[in-house]
Amino acid sequence: MINLKDADPHFVWEIIKQEGDKHLLKCFGCSDCAASCPVRYFDERYNPRKIIRLTLLGMKQAVLSSPFLWFCAHCHACTERCPQGIPVAELINSIKNYAVKNGYCPEGYKLQLDLLKKLGRLYEVEDFDLKKRQKIGLPAIDKTIPEVERILRYTGIEKVIKK
Amino acid sequence: MKKYALFLGCTVPVRAQHYELSARNVAEKLEIDFEDMKGASCCGFPIKAVDAETALLMAARNISIASAMKLNVVTLCNSCTAMLSDAQLELKKNNFYRKFKELGFSYPNEITIKHFVRMLYEDIGIEKIKSYVKKPLNMLNVIAHYGCHYMRPSYLYGFDNTEVPQTLDELLSATGAKTLDYVDKKMCCGGSVLGIDEELAITMANHKLNIAKNKNADALISICPFCTIMYEDNQRKAEAKYKIQYDLPVLYYPQLLGLSFGLDKNSVGMRFNRVRPNRLLEKIGDQ
Repeated sequence: MINLKDADPHFVWEIIKQEGDKHLLKCFGCSDCAASCPVRYFDERYNPRKIIRLTLLGMKQAVLSSPFLWFCAHCHACTERCPQGIPVAELINSIKNYAVKNGYCPEGYKLQLDLLKKLGRLYEVEDFDLKKRQKIGLPAIDKTIPEVERILRYTGIEKVIKK
Repeated sequence: MKKYALFLGCTVPVRAQHYELSARNVAEKLEIDFEDMKGASCCGFPIKAVDAETALLMAARNISIASAMKLNVVTLCNSCTAMLSDAQLELKKNNFYRKFKELGFSYPNEITIKHFVRMLYEDIGIEKIKSYVKKPLNMLNVIAHYGCHYMRPSYLYGFDNTEVPQTLDELLSATGAKTLDYVDKKMCCGGSVLGIDEELAITMANHKLNIAKNKNADALISICPFCTIMYEDNQRKAEAKYKIQYDLPVLYYPQLLGLSFGLDKNSVGMRFNRVRPNRLLEKIGDQ
């Protein structure tokens, strides 16, 4: 149930600022995105059209706190079919980014961020891996890439998550 | 001889060495020279959902490494391809470029980003690849899985048909194998939601495993390490959930291509495939 008394008129503009574009305003609600979505095909709790409509209505809390926002697989099937030329998957990604800034970051992503800060890559390269690579004739790879931590410090993303 | 900078990403060098090994060995046969990108990191895609700008800066830094090498980039993972291509587009925007420079990075030479398979299709070509086939794999029936970021979004690539892709099918036909046509060719493997909702991810992966089984495919051919995690590493989970036995080998395209070039099974890392491809090897007479 949507109660427009809960609507936040600034929310639309906050998302537009996050996407750095005004794609959001182009949506006329045709539902092509939902019809093309492979996630929705299997689980109707995820609906990109609904997320976009709720955003346009200013339903900030409902959108940002929904666990289903994170069901978008970023596959871009929607982007290819949107008659308004909206890169829908990117728009949903901008809403995810804004949800993170508002304290909604799934635990899995926090773990990945920790790994990237520590290693610069998603999987730890152990001595076992390096030996295996050497044995089959593959070149050695860096165990850590500290430059990534510098980028994370520059954008301050960790502080945003901890806020 | 064609020369490229090879971008490995996170998953391939640690969890899909057979993909890397077969790609390198096939490239050598085709007289393609790969130079490794020293200091390259994760492409950034895993944290795009957290903060796109951080992810794009990570990707742009990787591009700067290849740009300094004056070499076009070849990637093995679909998501790395999308992330790097996205960053390349972003570098043309003033605000992003300013931040990139502030971090001390530079982009001295214009370069291109291509997935390994797209590079084979466009830069080498089907006819040349066919001329290297010594052992046609006519006895095999396979289904091609493209994955999402191989051809989508089209504004990054402008390559292949985004609804019914066909380049990998053509490249598979070049090996002599028969590619099986099926609906939902562009269906996502579910990998991106594995960390959010495992049930959903397994359901999505199961969809194509089921198609492959109904088509009696000898193997599903993948070109992305994350898709392979879904179809191969998680095949048991799909079998348990749906009470069905698939026992479906999942091969990387360069593995199959290498076999058709006459490379032995170790040169294409067949012993690293987690679903044992024994029956497939028997069929082609290489045990």
